[in-house]
Amino acid sequence: MNETVVTTEHLTKRYGDRLAVDSVSLTVRRGEVYGFLGPNGAGKTTTLRMLLGLVRPSSGRATVLGAPPGTPSATAGVGALVEGPGFYPYLSGRDNLRVLARYQRLRDSAVDLALDRVGLGDRGRDRFRSYSLGMKQRLGVAAALLGEPPLLVLDEPTNGLDPAGMADMRRLLVDVAAGGQTVVLSSHLLAEVQEICDRVGVIAEGRLLTESTVADLRGATGVLLRADPLDRALAIALRVAGDDAVTVLGAGTAGAALRLAIGGFAVPALTRELVARSVDVLEIRPVERSLEEVFFEMTGVEPPAARPAVTGTEVSR
Amino acid sequence: MNALLDSTRAELLRLRRWPAMWVLLAVWVTLNVTFGYVFDYVAYRTGEPTPVGEGAPPEALLAGLLPAGAPLTLVQGMPMFGGALVMILGALAVGSGYGWGTWKTVFTQGPGRGTAFGGTLLALSAVLVGLVLVSGAVDLGVSSLIALTEGQPVALPGWGDSVQALGAGLLVLGMWAAAGVLVGVLARGPALAVGLGLVWALVVENLLRGVSGILAGVGVVTDHLPGTAAGSLVGALGAARVGEVDGTPGVFGILDGPVATGWLVAYLVGFTAVALLVVRRRDIT
Repeated sequence: MNETVVTTEHLTKRYGDRLAVDSVSLTVRRGEVYGFLGPNGAGKTTTLRMLLGLVRPSSGRATVLGAPPGTPSATAGVGALVEGPGFYPYLSGRDNLRVLARYQRLRDSAVDLALDRVGLGDRGRDRFRSYSLGMKQRLGVAAALLGEPPLLVLDEPTNGLDPAGMADMRRLLVDVAAGGQTVVLSSHLLAEVQEICDRVGVIAEGRLLTESTVADLRGATGVLLRADPLDRALAIALRVAGDDAVTVLGAGTAGAALRLAIGGFAVPALTRELVARSVDVLEIRPVERSLEEVFFEMTGVEPPAARPAVTGTEVSR
Repeated sequence: MNALLDSTRAELLRLRRWPAMWVLLAVWVTLNVTFGYVFDYVAYRTGEPTPVGEGAPPEALLAGLLPAGAPLTLVQGMPMFGGALVMILGALAVGSGYGWGTWKTVFTQGPGRGTAFGGTLLALSAVLVGLVLVSGAVDLGVSSLIALTEGQPVALPGWGDSVQALGAGLLVLGMWAAAGVLVGVLARGPALAVGLGLVWALVVENLLRGVSGILAGVGVVTDHLPGTAAGSLVGALGAARVGEVDGTPGVFGILDGPVATGWLVAYLVGFTAVALLVVRRRDIT
């Protein structure tokens, strides 16, 4: 199962003095959903364009499905949606896909399958020009799905969609991933990547900062404890969780708290122990680092303090 | 080879449903009939001089309107008006793909860039062949109608004349369409490409020809411009030249037929090759 579908070695793209993509080495394995995560302008799209053979790297190498990017044997196995859908505005959605089906030597029945897959079956005969943003984006995904290629490259497929459209798109992606196709999905929305992807590559300012599973990236879960008196609580916490597993947060302030690197299952036992030793428990709850925290930690940018879980509000509807 | 045919079929499917293309083709056929037949026929019937048939005697006018004159009528407007229209077609067909983002879609379908773009070139060629054949048939039909109306014998043009005119027309239109494709690729968009192409074909070449007599050395260049070569080939077939009675704008006698043909082929091949090279090498952003 560890067969690689995409590898890049020190892939670099330079525009004049500016390094758009700086020595990116990543690996995508067969059957996984790979999240390519980074803020706008981080180099995600340029990297994906290089994987599709649309942009020539300044240096470095890439292999897609065992072939150099842009060669017929590589592109024939890839379905792509890069930086917004590109279609003939005067053709219907269905005719647009029929044109692409001709290039791929597919029957028109494949077109209807792809349209149904993205829920455009009943609007396929309308002109592309008349589509809403969400429908255009879905047609882009349908084009990528056409002919069921083994690898899908989707660049910000939820871009510009309203919350309902985003939820629909995410459901579609989960459905696609369940079908066994390998998916490379770029996004600047952490929640999106967190929900769908098996592994993520984090990119900022053109450099790949890390590549790992979502779980590894977020680290283990922990328990947050605020109690009074804190020093007595600390002693108990050290005994329950172990010497290396407790950190004091905001020491010396009114909001001082302990963070225990133990699973949420330990909360009842810890609480009983604290109460038995006459420690007042003010707050105790399991905590998880969000990918957002990890991301900001890595890129060195502080998350806006007053707006917790920006991405969370975007996904909940 | 199969991928090239697939790409051609794909491009033909989308061209066939493209309203802009049909507008351009219809405009050419209409202009051809209007300037080739309507004005001259009105002049012949009324005896009044028209902007087109200026100063030509009635018998000469009628001779040009009969089926035997159809091959020349087909090609006489091509160096300038037909050329400008198909250049717009080429520039729009290729340039629009950059604005719509369809090139990026097409180049990720499977066929390589050269093959996919080759399909577009073949599809455009097929459109031009169809256009020349249809215009020729329309001219033949209109001239036969005039012959019947005027009680003249319907003497069809000789095969040699017909084939020569169809070939010359295809070469002239093909060269201008290739020029349009090239500016469409270089400008990466339809608007600038069409604008620059038209300014070149309708203004710059004429201005250069105007100063060629004044500045030494310019003449050698202006005598071999794309428009000069196209006009010379049509002039060599016998169409009335600029400055002659009933002369057509854009038709010249500067180069001999074979020389003009050689230059047209060179331009057609050159424009196409450069466009193909640029498409294959340049990043699609």
